[in-house]
Amino acid sequence: MHVDQGTVRRVARLARLKITDEEAKSLENEISVILDWVEQLKQVDTSTVEPMTRVVAQEMKKRVDVVNDGAIADDIVRNAPMTEDHYFVVPKVVE
Amino acid sequence: MTELTKLTLAEARKGLAAKDFTSKELTEAHIAAIEKANTAINAFVLATPEMALEQAAASDARIAKGEAGALEGLPLGIKDLFCTKGVRTTACSKILDDFTPTYESTVTQNLWNAGALMLGKLNNDEFAMGSSNETSAFGPVVSPWRRKGSNARLVPGGSSGGSSAAVAADLCLAATATDTGGSIRQPAALTGTVGIKPTYGRCSRWGIVAFASSLDQAGPIAKTVEDCAIMLGAMASHDPKDTTSVDLPVPDYVAQMKASVKGLRVGVPKEYRVEGMSAEIGQLWEEGVAWLKAAGATIREISLPHTKYALPAYYIVAPAEASSNLARYDGVRYGLRVPGKDLIDTYEQTRAAGFGKEVKRRVLIGTYVLSAGYYDAYYLKAQKVRSLIKRDFDEAFRDIDVVLTPTTPSPAFAFGEKSGDPIAMYLEDIFTVTVNMAGLPGISVPAGVSYEGTPLGLQLIGKPFDEGTLFRAAKVIEDAAGRFVPPERWWLA
Repeated sequence: MHVDQGTVRRVARLARLKITDEEAKSLENEISVILDWVEQLKQVDTSTVEPMTRVVAQEMKKRVDVVNDGAIADDIVRNAPMTEDHYFVVPKVVE
Repeated sequence: MTELTKLTLAEARKGLAAKDFTSKELTEAHIAAIEKANTAINAFVLATPEMALEQAAASDARIAKGEAGALEGLPLGIKDLFCTKGVRTTACSKILDDFTPTYESTVTQNLWNAGALMLGKLNNDEFAMGSSNETSAFGPVVSPWRRKGSNARLVPGGSSGGSSAAVAADLCLAATATDTGGSIRQPAALTGTVGIKPTYGRCSRWGIVAFASSLDQAGPIAKTVEDCAIMLGAMASHDPKDTTSVDLPVPDYVAQMKASVKGLRVGVPKEYRVEGMSAEIGQLWEEGVAWLKAAGATIREISLPHTKYALPAYYIVAPAEASSNLARYDGVRYGLRVPGKDLIDTYEQTRAAGFGKEVKRRVLIGTYVLSAGYYDAYYLKAQKVRSLIKRDFDEAFRDIDVVLTPTTPSPAFAFGEKSGDPIAMYLEDIFTVTVNMAGLPGISVPAGVSYEGTPLGLQLIGKPFDEGTLFRAAKVIEDAAGRFVPPERWWLA
């Protein structure tokens, strides 16, 4: 499966990753090689196989629907690069 | 006092109980060793000696009062993937910057509750993505092992390379580690240490930086099989904060380890005799078979027909889950931020500057295979293949109790030998990755040395939640092969 530089750029955009022209060029080859290598999975007949959704058979646990944490706004914003009054500050989104 | 660092975890525990030395003395010996060795080995990305000494003093007080916990006063190293309250946690990525958690991971909290103390945070491949520790933002870790007659720097394996090197170099009594495709077992094999990846769900993942959530498990790297059994007993628990954590009692692994292997049925999978496997690894495998047989186990050849598809399926599942998990690093709530001309540009520049090459590669592959139109062809297909890999094991375990394989296809390699070729590096995990795909427990135990004089490991794979059998069989190999320590402590010179 060959991916071209245009595809690499489109995927990088989806992944919110700025890439240089040089990176796009080397990633084109690296990603193509890896996708070629995983092509071998096509040899496996999986027409009657269910996809694995959990590795250990157990019922999904649900916690009781109660407030069991909170009032830790200081902790939540402590590591943020920019905050104001317990809000995360980001560049203006709407003009 | 450096002799205290040569003790195993079990020996140190005995010494503390007998009051042969104090936790303060034991901790000081390790701190001194780290100060002397870390420039050369680079195993610790952050040492926390003051905290360790405070904890040691508290442990000594508890020992004096007769209130010692199971790991009281024992100094450990913690992989930098575990969140530690008030202590910088980076996953060895620039994108986490100086992130300092306001909470503690469940696994490390369990260790502190048992009385253990932390010497510092250990190096690893960035976000645990690598098999040589060369992708760390803090630079690579150097193995304490060297090839005979050579000073070439060898890799300690990865991603838990700081954990394996620190234990092999006697810089801590034992270490925590994590394993997504082999990141505990491969570094253990390359450094002559013991490492176990328990069954998926045995240790809580809460507070561990996520790589691929359906594959990630925590486990220990330690000097002996018994030390691993002690460590896992303390790390494992049921945790309501991780819905995939299982509500099963944690058995006494040390007691289970001591049982006989008489009558144990050991399977040897023919598909693991892969092309390109070095002759010495094949020989080691046969020795392992002979040791288990001599101890009373019976051996039979088994077939795991989908083995060869495990690695390519892994390289779809793991990057897909990683690209999703790593979406949280956006420069808004924590970590690095590179200001851009608008919000999107801030995201894109932050992630470009914060992620390393291998992480970017995997995020892009993951994004690609999950993108519109490709989900069925890649991710869904890989998850179906995964069902077949699990089925292979389920069928084999009807007739056997444990599987014996090599841990790695070749001995330790030097810096740069595989870093230019992603697929050559990925093949390091060829024998370990099946275990994560099926959610099973696997242990690596040192079993011999290569022609070059570097250690080699054998892997045992067990049924779900049958870690006890792994310790029991691994102990037989350890007793027969002996312990492997680097011949020269050059890092203390």
